Amino acid sequence: MATPTLAAQATPVTPLAAHTLWVGTRKGLFVVRWSSAGWQIGEPHFPGEPVTQLLIDPYDGAWYAAQRLGHFGVKLWKSVDAGVQWQAIAAPAFPPKPDHGFWKDDPTPWSVDMVWGLEAGPGILWAGCLPAGLFSSTDGGTSWQLAENLWLRPERKDWFGGGYDHAGIHSILVDPRDPQHLTVAISCGGVWQSRDGGASWRNTSEGLEAEYMPPERRTDPNIQDPHRVVHCAAQPDVLWCQDHCGIWRSTNGGEFWDAVAAPQPSGFGFAVAAHPLDPARAWFVPAHSDAQRMPVGGRLVVNETRDGGVTFASHGEGLPQQGAFHLMYRHALVASQDGQTLAMGSTTGGLWVSEDAGVSWQCLSRDLPPIAVLRLV
Amino acid sequence: MPIVEFAPALTRHAACPPQQVEAATLGAALEAAFLAAPALRSYVLDEQGAIRKHVAVFINANLIASRTQLDVALQPQDKVMVIQALSGG
Repeated sequence: MATPTLAAQATPVTPLAAHTLWVGTRKGLFVVRWSSAGWQIGEPHFPGEPVTQLLIDPYDGAWYAAQRLGHFGVKLWKSVDAGVQWQAIAAPAFPPKPDHGFWKDDPTPWSVDMVWGLEAGPGILWAGCLPAGLFSSTDGGTSWQLAENLWLRPERKDWFGGGYDHAGIHSILVDPRDPQHLTVAISCGGVWQSRDGGASWRNTSEGLEAEYMPPERRTDPNIQDPHRVVHCAAQPDVLWCQDHCGIWRSTNGGEFWDAVAAPQPSGFGFAVAAHPLDPARAWFVPAHSDAQRMPVGGRLVVNETRDGGVTFASHGEGLPQQGAFHLMYRHALVASQDGQTLAMGSTTGGLWVSEDAGVSWQCLSRDLPPIAVLRLV
Repeated sequence: MPIVEFAPALTRHAACPPQQVEAATLGAALEAAFLAAPALRSYVLDEQGAIRKHVAVFINANLIASRTQLDVALQPQDKVMVIQALSGG
């Protein structure tokens, strides 16, 4: 028998996992399935309807899709048979706005405009909304309860909209070691954490800095704009933040955020994906700047760090390297559980996957509707 | 009795034929109409009970003046039309 070569030994024993990619867009939900023939984009669920957030519940396999109907409000749908049938379920809704007391003249409407974050803990769903209410459901979405002790924090009066008229919750992290430990990120209201399942909260934004604010307010924890916060699943005390003003990383559960020097070609962006196993590794999709939300010089790249943000490599293989105007929004860059397969989708309808941990990319479509959110299992 | 009718843009989400309702005000007429199609309520009203920003309600030929003051009196021959406002892209 011939001695195996080094190359043969390096070949994965098992074939690429049969991933499924969910793509929530302005005009429906697309399910993209991997097979040996390649990635196949299916017909849309909810054709024509804006899908703003998705959840594939890791505990029971249920699919959830949040719609933001332009005219008719937020709707939430659930499927327990992998998308064969969808059932309308309750959508998060605020209680009656008080007609007296501290919040009587609250300029923020007490009406859910969008579900912006959707995550699951064991036996519980969490929905982050615009305006910035956090809701939980312990009955699979039949009913929702507002986390009042966050919504009624007096500091909320200082929060303001980032990209929308009002502040919103887009990132929800459930600590895999302790589901009572929650971290939420608010644009613009900083990063907040609860250690008791949402009963009490404190702002953990120390280290973040908002250069667009007057000097006296730049380090105010209550006005920070963390575009997206993610953690390393294997070491959840390591968090990454793609902020409006650059990239930050925390190695102590968000108690302090360390600024990461802006990589080339830019530190601006919306999306970040943490490597689920390696706390030193993360991916970003840089955009030119606040004022020019497009790739620098028309060249789309994915930035990767493997050393905790000290250095970055820019990967462009398989991505348009001229004349590109794609922007990956907050929830539109995802990694598989082993960190080997990545996917990203743009607000101009481009969809790419990488099967080598972000080094090279394959275009699945340039013609989808604007992409808000991806999920990859 | 007043008639309440929802435009196809709404009834494609939750079926609801035009119906005659026993109601003296606009708010009461909508509530009565929602009895026949409970799912339609959240498409027309937000959780504070206001007409959604991109929904337009007419009484006969007149667009209602307020999204929150729904105690407008209705006459027995009035027709309430609920349509989607023109917006989006």
